[in-house]
Amino acid sequence: MMQRSLAVLLMTLSAAVALGAASASHWEGIPARDHARSNPLAGQDEAIHAGAVVYRDHCQQCHKANAEGDGKKHPPLRSQPIRSASDGDLEWFLRQGDLRRGMPSWSSLPVAQRWQLVAYLRSIQ
Amino acid sequence: MGRTQDKPYFVTYSHDLEEPGNLEIETKTALAQPGGGDRFGATAVEFEYGTRAWWTTELYLDGQATGNDSTVFTGWRLENRLRPLMRDHAINPVFYVEYENTSGADKTILEVVGHDGQSDLAPPNGTLRQEHQHEAELKLILSSNVKDWNLSENFIAEKNLGHEPWEFGYAIGATRPLRSAGSGRACTFCAEKFIAGAEAYGGLGDTSALTLRETSHYIAPLIGWQLPKGVRLSLSPGFGLTDASFTRVYRVGLAFEFEQIGQWFHASNGGGQ
Repeated sequence: MMQRSLAVLLMTLSAAVALGAASASHWEGIPARDHARSNPLAGQDEAIHAGAVVYRDHCQQCHKANAEGDGKKHPPLRSQPIRSASDGDLEWFLRQGDLRRGMPSWSSLPVAQRWQLVAYLRSIQ
Repeated sequence: MGRTQDKPYFVTYSHDLEEPGNLEIETKTALAQPGGGDRFGATAVEFEYGTRAWWTTELYLDGQATGNDSTVFTGWRLENRLRPLMRDHAINPVFYVEYENTSGADKTILEVVGHDGQSDLAPPNGTLRQEHQHEAELKLILSSNVKDWNLSENFIAEKNLGHEPWEFGYAIGATRPLRSAGSGRACTFCAEKFIAGAEAYGGLGDTSALTLRETSHYIAPLIGWQLPKGVRLSLSPGFGLTDASFTRVYRVGLAFEFEQIGQWFHASNGGGQ
């Protein structure tokens, strides 16, 4: 009985560690300088509105209009990893993309539009 | 919805690739008149598919119409562009590999290499079609996005798989949107819907005569306009800089993007359930 309890405890701890690692891994490797950057347009209604248009033009086709993803390859954007990211993390990720996993780089979007998009993503959490 | 960041380049490539699963269909038309020849209009219809976020495949179908002569299909090209680095850097390389099966009557001028010149395209179509261009083309694309500017440099090496020597060429370009920040309005004439810039391109000789003598070079202002419903219009008047060049080459491009067509097939196979 004690062995069984110990096994359950170990499995629970392992799952908690794995979940924590998965959440943190989204933003690992982002340079400290980028991580620390703040959104110059944060909280501005005009920027959020413009970010919604950028989202509709570029992101909606994969992440869907409600930002809930498609349940397959394209993840939801109303999520804990987005909430746990700094503004700088999100701008860096948009600029870099994740080409191996199918997320394009958006470095060709003007910087101001990437910050507008970050403002919009914050507003829908 | 279309992508507003697409560059209006006609000859130069940036490191932008097609989004995975999307298909863009674009027509690229060149209008020119060689010295001693008739006016022509040549169109390449381009089918560009995002195979992966780091790999884009394209098929081109080429044709042309020449005044006082005929309208002919001139061949096809298959190209692949691959990004070897998975992160965005100060300079981003892309490898480009193309196989081309066209006739000598192809007048789309999508690249200029070796000692290509206006006199090559002056003879009648019946004569030009007798030449079969069975070619491989390699490009090294280097491209940077710096403060809303895109700067791109392409180095081209082309070989007729029959008997011709390697031919070399270049293309460089710079573009920038007229307005960086989105206005937040669904508008057609807003400044952020326009991208302006310029490109320059030309031949660098071949392995049997690696010289700029009798090569063609062009400079061409560019304007791109993102229209509603995912349609993009590009315009470019090009100006020849040497005697071997066409005096002017006018270009028009019209593109439409179909989003996530890969999912259409998955859904029809039951993958969407």
